[in-house]
Amino acid sequence: MRVTLFIPCFVDLMFPSVGISMVKILERLGHQIHCPENITCCGQPAFNSGYWEESRDVAVKVLDALTDSEVVVIASGSCGAMLKVFYSELFAGTEYAQAAKLLAAKCYEFSDFLVTKLGVTDLGARFPAKVTFHDGCHGLRELGNKRPARDLLAKVRDLELVEMRDAEVCCGFGGTFAAKFPMISTAMGEVKCASALETGADYIVSNDSSCLMHVQGLLSRQGSEVKTIHLAEILAQS
Amino acid sequence: MKAFAEQFKQRAWRVTRDLRHREIIQTALRKYEVVRDKSKAAFQDWQAARQAASETKWEAINHLDKYLLEFVEKLEARGTKVHWASTAKQARDIIFGVIREKKARSIIKSKAMTSEEIHLNEALEEAGFDVVESDLGEFIVQLKKEAPYHIVFPAMHLTRGEISELFARELGSAPTDNPEDLTMIARRVLRRKYITADIGLTGANFAIAETGMISITENEGNARLTAALPKTLISLLGIEKVLPRLEDLALFLPMLATAGTGQPLTCYNSLYGGPRQPGETDGPEEYHVVLLDNRRTELLADAEQRDALHCIRCGACLNVCPIFRNVGGHTYGTTYSGPIGSVITPHLRELQDWKHLSYASSLCGACTETCPVKIDLHHHLLQNRRNAAKQKPSALEKFAFKLFGFLVNHPAAYAFTKGAGRLAQKLHPLVKGTRLDPAYSWTKTRDLPPIAKQTFREYWKSRNTR
Repeated sequence: MRVTLFIPCFVDLMFPSVGISMVKILERLGHQIHCPENITCCGQPAFNSGYWEESRDVAVKVLDALTDSEVVVIASGSCGAMLKVFYSELFAGTEYAQAAKLLAAKCYEFSDFLVTKLGVTDLGARFPAKVTFHDGCHGLRELGNKRPARDLLAKVRDLELVEMRDAEVCCGFGGTFAAKFPMISTAMGEVKCASALETGADYIVSNDSSCLMHVQGLLSRQGSEVKTIHLAEILAQS
Repeated sequence: MKAFAEQFKQRAWRVTRDLRHREIIQTALRKYEVVRDKSKAAFQDWQAARQAASETKWEAINHLDKYLLEFVEKLEARGTKVHWASTAKQARDIIFGVIREKKARSIIKSKAMTSEEIHLNEALEEAGFDVVESDLGEFIVQLKKEAPYHIVFPAMHLTRGEISELFARELGSAPTDNPEDLTMIARRVLRRKYITADIGLTGANFAIAETGMISITENEGNARLTAALPKTLISLLGIEKVLPRLEDLALFLPMLATAGTGQPLTCYNSLYGGPRQPGETDGPEEYHVVLLDNRRTELLADAEQRDALHCIRCGACLNVCPIFRNVGGHTYGTTYSGPIGSVITPHLRELQDWKHLSYASSLCGACTETCPVKIDLHHHLLQNRRNAAKQKPSALEKFAFKLFGFLVNHPAAYAFTKGAGRLAQKLHPLVKGTRLDPAYSWTKTRDLPPIAKQTFREYWKSRNTR
């Protein structure tokens, strides 16, 4: 299959190994990867801040670049939700309304793509560690993906998954929210970190680097040894 | 006005630093989640029940013109006086009118968030009337001269010790941390008030159009006493409380209890259909129902967010909201706090004054997921943000997003920014975590990951040219 991989700006700049892992995994499964170079951001920061016109300026580029794709795999549940769910709202009543609907139908968050679209759960990965999984809110509630990540982790050799209390509770990142209301965002992150640390896990895993950036940022500052890692980085290990 | 936003931020700073306060709230709400899940499991299909409840409220709200009139007609047929109040002031004036006509001095109240909304207690106290809240939680916060902390659990932020101290100070009771003893202290005060009060004032949980009845659900029996003992009874309710049929309560009463407190059903559920009828031995001699609009019709006119009028004030969205759980109820500075408050306050008051509440959300959607009547809460927060930015854009933010759009849309500009970012990062340690740090709001409490030595795009390019 010809897979168009959408690597959002923050993954590109700060978490390239997440994208590289996805490339490796998808190529190993025999797919042909295409990464459009002229698109970087999905337009969510402006959209979430209420500036829909400015968001459309960015999103239109994405829409154009992805129109001819067979399937689009997005390296973040949050950006995935933007493309799959919110573009339809953003472009409602514009000449792009139909294009947004067509795009939504072929968009997949990475773990959902593997499990739901490809029907693959065992990637032959081995990761000898105790991990806990954090559900990113957009992936969980906008896209409805609870199972795929866990189905994939279940097949990783030597990996022990310990569910944390309140795995589905937000980590407090929330995009611009984290900068506009740092005290609330930090407090939420503290609660999340405490739940995760309670499990005694070595790693906090998620399929959204934005949540992990927040959690890791707090853990590092607290001097914690616990690390965060993206699901794709685990699945690419052998 | 920026004042409300500043106040919100200051209070949020204070509560998020108060670990004890956060722990009290989170412990209480974790207990709620356990019992709620048990009650939810008693439903054959909770999701189907939510869907049914949502459809019933949709029907009621979208035919409010018909159901409200039916409700009023049935109520009036049994001698109830119905008053329509467009504004908070009108509602207060109507209630004052009844009180003055009856030459009343003392008023006993059962829990009514609508009365908080119109600031009735302050007005009554200022006018010299004796007004007492009979719901235990409300009684406590009234003694403490505070607003309710939560729409269902008004005093959840207080420990038994704090309540005991308060009672000792205000009522002269002996200190105790036994909940039953504390309840008995309040009960002794309240029993006398029920008997001597001239007027009873209640809210309503539902208004049944088919039979012209008001449904009140409670756990303490205080609403029953408030409604039964005084000679005159007033019920103050928002126009959105209407349900079409009596049988709808079969779903809504257990649903409200489950979502609200985690109980399968609350202890007392009563219906009030009018004043004492000929041949009846008890009940009030006069019954007044005050229907409050207070800009609900403006929300009704907003097709996108009309479903916010489905709200049955169960408080479930507050209980699961990670923002509420970390900043607490008083931080909001609104009658209705938590996600539903953040959605409706900009409509009931002013968008520009209260838009900050819509921004003070990570948009996690836990509220929407839990709402028993399926209000699209977190998406309404997004719509409020859009409406606020459209109505009165911030020049700075607009410029920032225009610039951001330019940078991400032009590969050369994006590459340049990346280079600038790498350079800035080298200088960052000089100011990191200080007020001079442009990323201070992040770096005060969190580390920031560096821009990678090789970004994904650089990797992809090098791979394809190899």
